[in-house]
Order: sequence, then structure tokens, then C-alpha cells
Amino acid sequence: MPEPNDVLVLARLQFAFTISAHIIFPAISIGLASYLAVLEGLWLRTGKSVYRELYFFWSKIFAVGFGMGVVSGVVMAYEFGANWSGFSRVAGSVNGPLLTYEVLTAFFLEAGFLGIMLFGWKRVGARLHFLATFLVALGTLFSAFWILASNSWMQTPQGFEIVDGRVVPLDWLKIVFNPSFPFRLVHMSLAAFIVVATIVAGCAAWHLLNGRRGEGIKKSFSMAVAMILVTVPIQIIAGDQHGLNTREHQPAKIAAIEGLWETERGGTSLNLIGWPDMKEERTKYALSVPHLGSLILTHSWNGEVRGLKEFAPADRPDSTIVFWSFRIMVGMGLLMLLLGLVGLILRLRNRLYDTRWFHRFALAMGPSGLIALLAGWITTEAGRQPWVVYGVLRTADAASPLSSQQVGTSLLIFVIVYFLVFGTGIYYMLKLMAKGPDVGDPAADLQGAAGEAIASFERRPMARATDPIDE
Amino acid sequence: MTIDLPTIWAGIISLGVFLYLLLDGFDLGIGLLFPFFNHAGERELMLNTVAPVWDGNETWLVLGGACLYGVFPLAYSTLLPAVYLPVIAMLCGLIFRGVAFEIRAKARRTQNLWDLAFILGSGTAAFCQGVILGTLLQGIKIVDGRFAGDAFGWLSPFSVFCGLGLLVTYATLGCGWLVMKTEGDLQRRLRMLLKPLSSALLAIIGVVSLWTVLGQPAIAQRWFGGHNFVYFAPVPLLVLACITGIFRSADTGHDARAFILMEAVIFLGYSGLLISIFPNIVPPSLDIWAASAPRSSQIFVLVGAVIILPIIISYTALSYWVFRGKVRHGDEGYH
Repeated sequence: MPEPNDVLVLARLQFAFTISAHIIFPAISIGLASYLAVLEGLWLRTGKSVYRELYFFWSKIFAVGFGMGVVSGVVMAYEFGANWSGFSRVAGSVNGPLLTYEVLTAFFLEAGFLGIMLFGWKRVGARLHFLATFLVALGTLFSAFWILASNSWMQTPQGFEIVDGRVVPLDWLKIVFNPSFPFRLVHMSLAAFIVVATIVAGCAAWHLLNGRRGEGIKKSFSMAVAMILVTVPIQIIAGDQHGLNTREHQPAKIAAIEGLWETERGGTSLNLIGWPDMKEERTKYALSVPHLGSLILTHSWNGEVRGLKEFAPADRPDSTIVFWSFRIMVGMGLLMLLLGLVGLILRLRNRLYDTRWFHRFALAMGPSGLIALLAGWITTEAGRQPWVVYGVLRTADAASPLSSQQVGTSLLIFVIVYFLVFGTGIYYMLKLMAKGPDVGDPAADLQGAAGEAIASFERRPMARATDPIDE
Repeated sequence: MTIDLPTIWAGIISLGVFLYLLLDGFDLGIGLLFPFFNHAGERELMLNTVAPVWDGNETWLVLGGACLYGVFPLAYSTLLPAVYLPVIAMLCGLIFRGVAFEIRAKARRTQNLWDLAFILGSGTAAFCQGVILGTLLQGIKIVDGRFAGDAFGWLSPFSVFCGLGLLVTYATLGCGWLVMKTEGDLQRRLRMLLKPLSSALLAIIGVVSLWTVLGQPAIAQRWFGGHNFVYFAPVPLLVLACITGIFRSADTGHDARAFILMEAVIFLGYSGLLISIFPNIVPPSLDIWAASAPRSSQIFVLVGAVIILPIIISYTALSYWVFRGKVRHGDEGYH
């Protein structure tokens, strides 16, 4: 009976595609909102106009990203019912309310403070405006809070009972604050900050390479490289703690990430690279280091890590995928660490703005935050398989009773629509970035941000940027 | 009397869907009227009348969907697979039109392309919503809490007719809105559309009502069984009165009359729908109690909804108040 499997694969592909396209925008919104709050705070404190200039510049990009995030998020909410009706039927009683809270939070935020932040520059005082920016930044983190509570509960479910095959919530505190939630929340929030730090650094590096030496460009480059230097090491520690938590609650995921098949006695080695083969049950071409696996995963010399063979073949995640997605994430992280450290050395030697190879490096690293973010999400989501709610509901039982033609058609439609629509959105964001903070008339920009007197009731973030898209 | 959570939630979600039809209906309608107006600056003006509010209008669709998921997961998980392709097409239509709305203002060379995306997106979204409503009215086959119909069960002459019907409904509503918000030559030409639109609307409502009553004995029983019709008779009579009023407002009457009467038609039509299906949420077999999430889920969401919904509603009302009155050329304020 091949058809149900086709449907499952297509539905998973569709979810992976639409959520990957979506997560890019919220990550940028979360990171940029906090960056904007910092910029405005610095402007209020120091009175230096460069901060205000940067604020106006990045608020336009924030606005477009926010708009794109809202639009792409609508699809996600309906996909749970359309493609994953089994999941909605069994676990909708937990995930539904958490998503509803996210929607309520997001709309509350949009209704209240986004308008003031983007269009109310002249209407309200500087302090009140800063408060609006701060609350928007806080609100984006609250949105993340609910989404990650929902996702973490699917990874490490608790606080419920099963009645007639359906999840009945018993304790909402336990549901929200499930074991993997704090780790995931910290890891994702930091990731959003790093996404924005690498983008800001890349943008500034591009302008530096093009011979622009304005104060705004230098300042943003300096801030972003410093941010990378500070956040990446913290992220590495947070990721390590997250890994320990995963080993405790989802050992099969860890085994798959490491391409570890046997439970090794007296110290686990670590496969640096290799090709896990699910059929042959071994990792080919493995280059492994003795004891390193124990050191990283258990923080001890001889710690034991359960191999994939301890789990029934039907309960194993696809090691080939998560082995590599994890290594892409870690590789990006290490490159970012290098970027931060080299940046520090150049700064100490007063060469931060004059080292062209470093600017090329930073430019190339512009998308690294997003790549790491996507690779990390692929690792945690594909690593949860074959479960949609870990240990409770299998992904195969979560799909809707649809035909592969239906799901295939909708996948095709989504791919076309997303490339057209979000391709345009990303193109526009890049175009805005290419303009740079030091160009244009700051007075006109202030006008744009002030809008009409009534425009703080404006709820359309994308109206904030007025630069032409096709000229 | 004990408080019945499913009934409260059915009320809240019905209100949300109603607000959605009421609010997003007219701005979708503007997309449908777009092809007929292309004199210099007219399209900008038409868009400016909804620019401050369209985004918030769509909020209700997301909120309705999210609440349905959280509170009536069984309705959510049976309705959406049953109308799978129309839902996907509707979402894509809404994406296209939302982004086209914003990008066209920033586009120079490619503006016609974005106009086309706006028109097609609005049309697709409106048509698919009609198809979904039609499918719901016809009933969805559910076995063991799962959708058990086939892939194209939603595709029937009736549902397609409902799709066309909603296109006309939204176009009339959009026309009424624009008559209220514009003046001069544009308004004169809009008024001219009111007669053909309201005539078509009356015919469509008549056909849909008859078709439903003849095709769905359960709904016929609801309307005509016992003394029911005495109570429900005002609904069709008021619809008739409102549409007559819209027809006449093409020549005379206050600028806001057509719009207000049209909103009343939406309210009456929506009431008719609720009368026909309540207490089912997915006819013919799933009622609001069977579709409910566990009590703890419904209470958990209710806390948030009770706090935040009134804020969103007041804020919406306030922004409509702030942006009241005519929109003129040269009011660049909010675009």
C-alpha cells in the first residue's frame, strides 16, 4: 500500500518547506526588535544621532520582515488542520490553546505598540516611543515563548493524560514548562540575536567593501561583530546544555545526531564526519576521536551514550539527515566564533574598518546565522521522528486522510507562491540594506517614520518603508 | 444554570467569523471592483480607503482559525481536510493580495503586475470562502471523528454557486463601502453599479435558500417545522427590505446607506446560516459538544480571550473612528 506513505512524505515536505520559509522572518523580527530597542536606548542615553539614524534604517527592514512573518504564519496555523488532522484530533487540546495564545499575543502587540513604534515618532515623546519599541521587542519574545512551549511539549510531553485516544491536559504549568522548554527558549532566542548580528555585520561589511566609511556603517559593524563575540560563546554553552537535556529525554535523537550505532563501553568516541547508512546500520567513512563523544555528551571521560541499535528500527530517526544538519549548525557556529575572535584582535589593533579580507569574511558570513538556525531546527524536528508528539503519537498517525495528488498539488502551489511572494520580500529587504544607513535624507526618513498624525493607528508594518522596489 | 463552555465558545467564534465577513468582505470586494476602475489615481484612492484597516480585518480569520483549533479541535481536523484545496487556494489568494497591496505602492514599472495579483488574489480568496461555506452547508461525512469523504467532495454545483454568490456579495459590500468613502465622478460610477449588483445578489440569495431547503431536509425542518417559521420569518423579510433599500440608494439616499444595509444583509445571511446548522459545527453529524476540546483547554484559552478580545475590538472600533469620513486625492497620509 504505497499511497499513505507518499502522502506522509509529501505532507512532511510541505510542512518542512513552509515552516522553513516562515521561521526566517520571525527570527529576523525577534532579533531586530531587540537590536532596535538597544539602538533607541543608546540614542536616548548618549544623544548621538548615529544611533537614531541606524534605528530608522533597520526599522524599515524590521517592518518588511515582520509583515512577511505575519503573512507566512497564517499558512502554518491552517496547515495543522489541513495536512495533520490526526495530530489536531489527538493533541489539538494542547497545541491549539498554545497557538491561540501566540496569536492573541501577536495581535495585541500589533494592535497596540507596533503602530507607535513604526509611525508614531512625532506623535509621542521620545521616552514613550522607546517604551513602545521595548514592548514590541518583548512581545516578539513572548510570541516565541508560546511557539516554543508548543514545540517543546511535542518533544518532551508532560502534564496530560490520554482518554479515548486523545490528549487531555491536566496541568498547564507542567505543559508549558516542560523539560526541554527552557533550553529551547534560550537557544532559539540567542539564535535570533545571532541571525541579526550576522546580517547586520554582513550588511555593514558590504558597504565597507564598497568604500563607504560613514559613521553609521562603522558603528553597526563594530556593534555586530562585538555582539557575535559575546553571544556565540554563550550560545555554544546553551547548545551544550540543550544537548545534555536531549540525551536525557530523547536518547535516540542524540544517537542519530552522532551516527552512533553501538553503545560503546568504557568511553564513547565521536564521529567527526562520516555517512550514517540507515540500511547497513553503520556510519561509513567515519573519522572518529576516542572518548570525545563521552566528553561532549556526558561531560565525563568514560560516560556511556546509547547507540541507535538499542532502539527498534521503527523508532529510529533518520541519522543521515540529522548527522549532517547538526554538523552544518555546529560548523557555522565555529566559523562565527572565529569571526568574533578575529574581530576582537583587529579591533585591538585598530584595524577593524581597514581589513578587506575580514570584511569579505563577514559578508560571506551574513547568512550564516540563518543557515545555522534552519540546520538546528531540521536537527531537532527530524530528530524527533518517527514521532510527532514524542512517545505519544507517531507522525504516520498524524497525517490527514488525503490523497497524494491533493498534497502534491498544494505543495507545488506553495512552492510557486512562496518563491514569488517571499522571494520578492527578501529581494526588497536586501535592496533596503544595499542602500545603507548613511545614504539619503535623514529628515525625509524622520518624515516617513512620523507619518501623518493619525498614522499611529496604522497596523500595516510594511507601509513603513517607502523606497521603490523596482528602480 | 451551569455555564456551558462549548456554547460560550461557539458564541465567541461565531462572533469572530461574523466580524471577519463584515470587515474583510468589503476590502476583498474592492479587489473585485478593481478591474472596472482604472482612471488616473482611482485605484490608489480605492486602496487608500482601506489601507489603515485591511490588515486588522484579516486578523479575524487567523483568530477564528486559531480558536477553532484550540477549542473545537475535532471540527478543525474534519473541516479542513474536507475543504483541503479550497483552503490552500484561499490562503495563497490572501498571501498574494496582502503582499500585492503593499508592494504596489512601492512599485513603478511592475505596478500592473501587482494590480493583477491583487485582483486575482482577492477573487480567489472570496470564491474559495464561498465554496467552503457551501460545502459546510451541504454537510461533511465524518466517521469515527475523521473526515471520510473524498478529495473533491467539496466540488459540487451548489458549492461553486455559493462561491460565485460570495463574489457578488463582497463586490456589493465593497461597492457600498466605496460609495460611502468617495465622492464626485468615481462615486457616481460606483452608484451605477449598485442596481445590477443588488439585483444579482437578491437572485443569488433566493437560489441558495431554495436550493438548501430543497436539498437538505434537516435544514428545511429547522426553518419550517412547527411554529419555527413564525420566529425565523423576519430574516428573509428583512433581507428583502435591505436589498430593496440598496437598489434604491443607487439614485438617492445618504452615502452610507448602501453600505449599512449591506452589512445588515451579511448579518441576516449569517444568522440564516447559524439557524440552519446550530448546534452542529460541522453538519450533519458533529455538534459543538462532540467537537469540544477537554474542559481544561477551553478554560485555559478563555482566560486569554476574555482579556485580549475586548482590547482588540475596542482598538478596531477606535481606528475606524479615527479614519472615518471621505478619502480624497492627495490624502497621502496613509499610503
